[in-house]
Amino acid sequence: MRPATILGAATLLAAALALEALVGAGLLPTYIFVRPSTMLATIGDLFREEDLAGRFLLTFSSTFLSAGLATVVGVPVGWALYRYRVLSAAYAGGIAALASAPLILLYPLFLVAFGRSQATIVAMGFLVGVVAVILKTEEGLIEVRPVLRAVGSSFRLTRAQLFWKIELPATVPAIFSGIRLALVFALINVVGIEFLINFGGLGQLIADLADRYETAGMYAAILFVIIVSVVFFWMTEKLERWLRPA
Amino acid sequence: MAATGLSAARGHGVATLIQAATLAALWLAWEALARSGLFFEGVVPSSLKVARALAGILVDPALYGALLVTGTEVAAALAIGCGLGIAFGLVGAAVPILGEAYERYIHYLAPTPKIIFLPILLLLFGVGAGMKIAMGALSAFFPMAIATLSGLRQVDPVLVRVGRSFHLTRRQMALKIYLPAALRSVLTGLRLSFGFALVGVLLAEIKMSNRGLGFMAIQFYNHMEIAELYALLLVIFALAAVVNGLIGRLTPRT
Repeated sequence: MRPATILGAATLLAAALALEALVGAGLLPTYIFVRPSTMLATIGDLFREEDLAGRFLLTFSSTFLSAGLATVVGVPVGWALYRYRVLSAAYAGGIAALASAPLILLYPLFLVAFGRSQATIVAMGFLVGVVAVILKTEEGLIEVRPVLRAVGSSFRLTRAQLFWKIELPATVPAIFSGIRLALVFALINVVGIEFLINFGGLGQLIADLADRYETAGMYAAILFVIIVSVVFFWMTEKLERWLRPA
Repeated sequence: MAATGLSAARGHGVATLIQAATLAALWLAWEALARSGLFFEGVVPSSLKVARALAGILVDPALYGALLVTGTEVAAALAIGCGLGIAFGLVGAAVPILGEAYERYIHYLAPTPKIIFLPILLLLFGVGAGMKIAMGALSAFFPMAIATLSGLRQVDPVLVRVGRSFHLTRRQMALKIYLPAALRSVLTGLRLSFGFALVGVLLAEIKMSNRGLGFMAIQFYNHMEIAELYALLLVIFALAAVVNGLIGRLTPRT
């Protein structure tokens, strides 16, 4: 292992041990802080008593549904922006502006339309994800190497053949980057909205445990969400690298 | 490509036309929905109602009071979060083993939803400005830390050698050589941090607070004053876009 990796892991361990000792010795108030060992042990309780596995599945099914919808809508839109440059001139600026707008603040509007339901959560996840898929798809199509298109033309491919045989396969890595971003944004928003509207999977569990003043359970749930999201981001990143060897 | 046949100016004109047509179509669709009765009363208020509500809240002193509260909290959150982020970047770049050791944690923690830390911040700071500022600062820290570190790593080694040949102290090196060279990245980080800090503060206000723009928005929601809610969200998005644009303008172009 590299020294930096060891240093990073050692720091994390030392911080956990210090917290353990400080809380154990009564130097930090137990109504605010919880021993890391208690947090880890409580994750087990959450599986037994709070249906953590079911909530995990619920949150991730919302996330995948949001990102799936974002892909189904975003890829054709991205393609249209590439194919008809005038559309890109008309819409790309607005879409890019959406990408940097605080979209999560729109959730009360979806709440008004769909109520406290899965639909609100998925609609928000879709909205933040679709922008990324559109932009990455268009970018990927623009960056298809001209030599590939030249090969296609020399085989006298039709417009449709050119798209299915050359452009789409060459754009898959870029599209996947967009899908990965959609998954990441969707997960953040799904958990956030679940927490805010007290409905659904993992986010709701945190809100619920906090409302019940179950501090240890709340910390355990937060720790679980962090671990799950970090593993998820790490896996999608590996997958993206594998798809994009360059 | 499809646009090759068109002259650039004509293409631009067509694009503007499409934009105008789209806006008009969206507006008409909105009005049709508002009048259709498909939605429960008030869910899709007519644009006239929203405009009236907008005029109403713009002359209401409550908006400016809330704006002051939220603005101050966002500014404080940015100062703390970005300050710590820049410090992390400087230390990480100056001592490469530290940068390498902690960067991955920052990188993977950055996209986790920060709002879930709100109950912990509530325990630590109680309901009030402290909790909201902490939420904003936590959100602002990560993009700035990542942007500063990556910006500093790309500083031209020639500049560093020039600084060394002038025998600059560490502090001078940081302030005169590294930070100016990494300015672009730092400003990009600031723009991202601003967006995250704003969202952090507003969500904290929405979830548990009794002051600020977020609180105002959720009050409108709770009282089913939907036109006012739309109007307030328009104000918030416009303000966010203006600040975003200002920071973008500061960013030097290469």
